Amino acid sequence: MTIAPAITDVEQLKGHPAVARLLAWNPAVVTGVKFDRDEMTIYIDRANIREACALLRDDAECVFNFLSDITCVDWYPAEPRFEVIYHLLSIPKKERVRLKVRLDSASPAVESLCSVWAGANYFEREIFDLFGIRFTGHPYLRRLLMPEDWEGHPLRKDYPVEGYR
Amino acid sequence: MAHLTPTPVLEPGQDRTMILNMGPQHPSTHGVLRVLLEIDGETVVRIMPDIGFLHTGIEKTCEAKFYQQVVPLTDRIDYLCPMTNNLCYVLAVEKLLGLEIPAKAQWMRVLMNELTRINSHLVWLGTHAMDIGALTVFLYCFREREEILKMFEAISGQRMMTSYFRIGGLALEPPLGFFERVREFAGRFPEKVDEYENLLTGNPIWMMRTKGVARMTAEDAIALGASGPTLRGSGVDIDLRRDMPYSGYENFKFKVPVAQEGDVFARYMCRVAELRESNKIVQQALDGMPEGPIKANAPGVVLPDREKMKTQMEALIYHFKIITEGFAVPAGEVYQAVESPRGEMGYYIVSDGTAKPYRVHMRAACLANLQTLPKMCEGGLIADVVAAIGSIDIVLGEIDR
Repeated sequence: MTIAPAITDVEQLKGHPAVARLLAWNPAVVTGVKFDRDEMTIYIDRANIREACALLRDDAECVFNFLSDITCVDWYPAEPRFEVIYHLLSIPKKERVRLKVRLDSASPAVESLCSVWAGANYFEREIFDLFGIRFTGHPYLRRLLMPEDWEGHPLRKDYPVEGYR
Repeated sequence: MAHLTPTPVLEPGQDRTMILNMGPQHPSTHGVLRVLLEIDGETVVRIMPDIGFLHTGIEKTCEAKFYQQVVPLTDRIDYLCPMTNNLCYVLAVEKLLGLEIPAKAQWMRVLMNELTRINSHLVWLGTHAMDIGALTVFLYCFREREEILKMFEAISGQRMMTSYFRIGGLALEPPLGFFERVREFAGRFPEKVDEYENLLTGNPIWMMRTKGVARMTAEDAIALGASGPTLRGSGVDIDLRRDMPYSGYENFKFKVPVAQEGDVFARYMCRVAELRESNKIVQQALDGMPEGPIKANAPGVVLPDREKMKTQMEALIYHFKIITEGFAVPAGEVYQAVESPRGEMGYYIVSDGTAKPYRVHMRAACLANLQTLPKMCEGGLIADVVAAIGSIDIVLGEIDR
């Protein structure tokens, strides 16, 4: 049970194609990196997530052409409170990368990826439903799993497990 | 559940279309899927799936449980392939812990997973054919499925909610005679697949109902996040078992069936071919099954054997501690994906260093696959919607979680 410590130094991880591509495009976009348990995480500035994803999808070196998953983690009461997490898969290269955007509780909103991958639709609606994150530019941002007249966002950490009765 | 009040799509002067509500109790929606159809005569103009009727908040429940208590919850997500869900979850936690799993446990996991895949595909084939009107296939498929369920019962005590995998290994040694039973089943299963194919593959009615129906291109399938046979039916050659192997799949030789047409028939052919390939993996697993322990050597994580608990003091203490306070998992996050019968099933687990997961997220293959439904059906005939839904192989328990 030995786990190598996580690498968080941008200089050491420059060789990774996704990091290299994003740094070459705009160094300000990458706000942090982490390589832990053989998984690569790149923290992206929230204003640039859509362009960053479109770049990684179309780049001939990385070809992260498949959006596996979008999800969210609530770090209540810490700030920035929310992390929206994107898992990309490269079908030709058989590689994964994880992109993260941090959002504060005052304005939990980020640009929608629906124009990059149409499949982002349901994932984003689910996060809107269960976490209350707004996705700007989403074509149909309504609750997906909970009833339409439900109050609150159940997967937030300040929402009790047994619900309100 | 967003469409309780559907937005009116009828505009002045456009009185050709009508709204038809299908489900949530419609038998061909495989559970509780509701589909809103805007139809112009027999043609589907627009289609909107409506989900959430089976939402149980499993992701939230997981956050209140110890790591080992989450395993039974994972069965209940996709109730047709419990072992695949168990496997994906335990692999993710083992990656967080950095655990090494003994070879026999890995091979057993592969064996059980492929039996699960056969089981799930048999339910799919039976219900899909029944939706289109071939009632007999259902009875044939459930005959073989019953045998697999009995094997599950023999090995885990449960027919469907197996919870057979544990963090660090397996729950129990397989019972005496289990491997012979599986070998006997695997020996005659290919003939059974021939029987199904005799009923369907060359059948002119089946071909007319499936060929050229609900087409989807590879580009659309990738953009919509489709995976598994839904993606491979459109000509994209990816299978996580072969391309990003886990749990020792690199030791097995099998083909990944891919079809180019992207219609219902192509997805049908992929899955039927997968039945045969899974059976081959089962046979390889039986032939090469290594000897050795079925649990990792990690006393604070893996429950001790019953026998040791009665004779050794530490074993009893570890047992008590694991049951009452769980085990701490080092802080971090992992995303583990496996190839479920429906596609890419992924678990994203965040640990904050305590004994309960901070966040468990399940990437449901069906949720993404369901998004392809409008692409497949719009412009087609209303009767083909049923064929399209069947060809995606949805399980609403997984979609709604």
